[in-house]
Amino acid sequence: MSAPLLDVQNLRVTFPTLQGPVEVVRGISFQVGRERVGIVGESGSGKSMTGRSILRLIRSPGTVTADRLRLGDTDILTASDRDMRAIRGRRISMVMQDPKFSLNPVMTIGAQIGEALTVHQKLPRQAVRRRVHEMLEAVRIRDPERVFGLYPHEVSGGMGQRVMIAMMLIPEPDLLIADEPTSALDVSVRAQVLQIIDDLVTRKGMGLIFISHDLNLVSRFCDRILVMYAGEIVEQCRASELGKATHPYTRGLLASVPRLNETRAELPVLDRSAWSVA
Amino acid sequence: MNALQIRNLSVSYGDTRVVDTVSINVVRGESFALVGESGSGKSTVLKAVAGLAPQWTGEISVFGQPRSKGIDRAFASRGQMVFQDPYGSLHPRQTVDATLSEPLAIHGLGGQDARVQEIMAAVGLDRRFRFRLPHQLSGGQRQRVAIARALMLEPKLLLLDEPTSALDVSVQAEILNLLKRLRREKGLSYLLVTHDLPVVSFLCDRLAVMREGKIVETNTVDALKRGRMTNDYSRELIEKSALTTSA
Repeated sequence: MSAPLLDVQNLRVTFPTLQGPVEVVRGISFQVGRERVGIVGESGSGKSMTGRSILRLIRSPGTVTADRLRLGDTDILTASDRDMRAIRGRRISMVMQDPKFSLNPVMTIGAQIGEALTVHQKLPRQAVRRRVHEMLEAVRIRDPERVFGLYPHEVSGGMGQRVMIAMMLIPEPDLLIADEPTSALDVSVRAQVLQIIDDLVTRKGMGLIFISHDLNLVSRFCDRILVMYAGEIVEQCRASELGKATHPYTRGLLASVPRLNETRAELPVLDRSAWSVA
Repeated sequence: MNALQIRNLSVSYGDTRVVDTVSINVVRGESFALVGESGSGKSTVLKAVAGLAPQWTGEISVFGQPRSKGIDRAFASRGQMVFQDPYGSLHPRQTVDATLSEPLAIHGLGGQDARVQEIMAAVGLDRRFRFRLPHQLSGGQRQRVAIARALMLEPKLLLLDEPTSALDVSVQAEILNLLKRLRREKGLSYLLVTHDLPVVSFLCDRLAVMREGKIVETNTVDALKRGRMTNDYSRELIEKSALTTSA
């Protein structure tokens, strides 16, 4: 593994409730280099909160603490809001789950992608337009000239997701966080969107944090996997060795997925009392 | 007698024909899947059967009774639909008890209290959830309520529209097991719409592949498991699915 891009030590995210504070991320530590790391877990396991806290997107009353949260030589915990704005997009960017809710409905696609670039650097308009075109081609949009002038409601979900990827990658960040980037998409376009992310990440030598609830998908796509349960990392392994995972939670998750060639009469269900989280 | 017989069903929205001369037979006790990409018209077939897309032509009959195009009270007791997102399909201000009792009140049936308790037990919901609101339940519990609601009038045909795609894999396993058990215990027939082929493999006997409003292939799930689907597009769909789901 190369020198870590991102270094997280003892990260905690807490929200106050009427019953007292609830810790949704409970002291997790990991490092990400220029590699593909998958974070897997069920809803409520804290995987998305981990992704958001790296970009410092958790708002008050939620609080984030850590012994260390560094991106290269920048300390994310103490950076000013202005510094954070320079980091978001330029150095770390995030692809969200659903393009329907993440794209601006009243801006054309070309203008939105261009904005992601001009926020961070001054460029002549022609150059911006050219870069946007190249980026649209890179995410395999066949007719960039036409798509440039369309609004988000005029494109399909799969195309919307590719537009979002284009927008996130145009400032050429060091680290991409993809939070369930394909779960709102059809199986038929899922493979293509993953392929595009994979190509661009490898070509530009970026780091990738891939957040998903789908263990098998993550194991095909990433180098390393962190399994989260109830705010903690319960297991870490190389993606290729997922089959040898030992934690009962990981094994339970793996077993509960139906297969294309299914012969079991009943699917095994997670028995949550089989293990305990301290 | 067939649980559901659809002959030459076409549905158009304006000038766009979204379902084009589709014919399906679901044998009594069978679980039949409709698969395809978004926009292939598979959900619209379900909606036409359920009475949510009234502009259709062709013939639909459920257990030998032709379905009318208007609101059909008799149909409600023979066939019911379960939707994809339980949060969207349950009334946010009605308790589980109110949601489950309403079909009985509409149809003037008595014995509500006993029936609600019985059905909650059947779908594996603890009694203490009876007077909760949907937002106080987890996704899996909400989908159990949605299934319980569909079963209140004791229909023999369930129309399932992506019943597990909004759920976590671990919860999906619970709901799939539940659907399989209910079918066995109550002798139900299913028409399931999904794009998840492993789910079809687990739950269904036969499937039809739809593309651009037409059925391109009808085959047994056994053929799906053995990789013996004949249509090129079906094979393509299986390949794409294998790339992103479990092998």
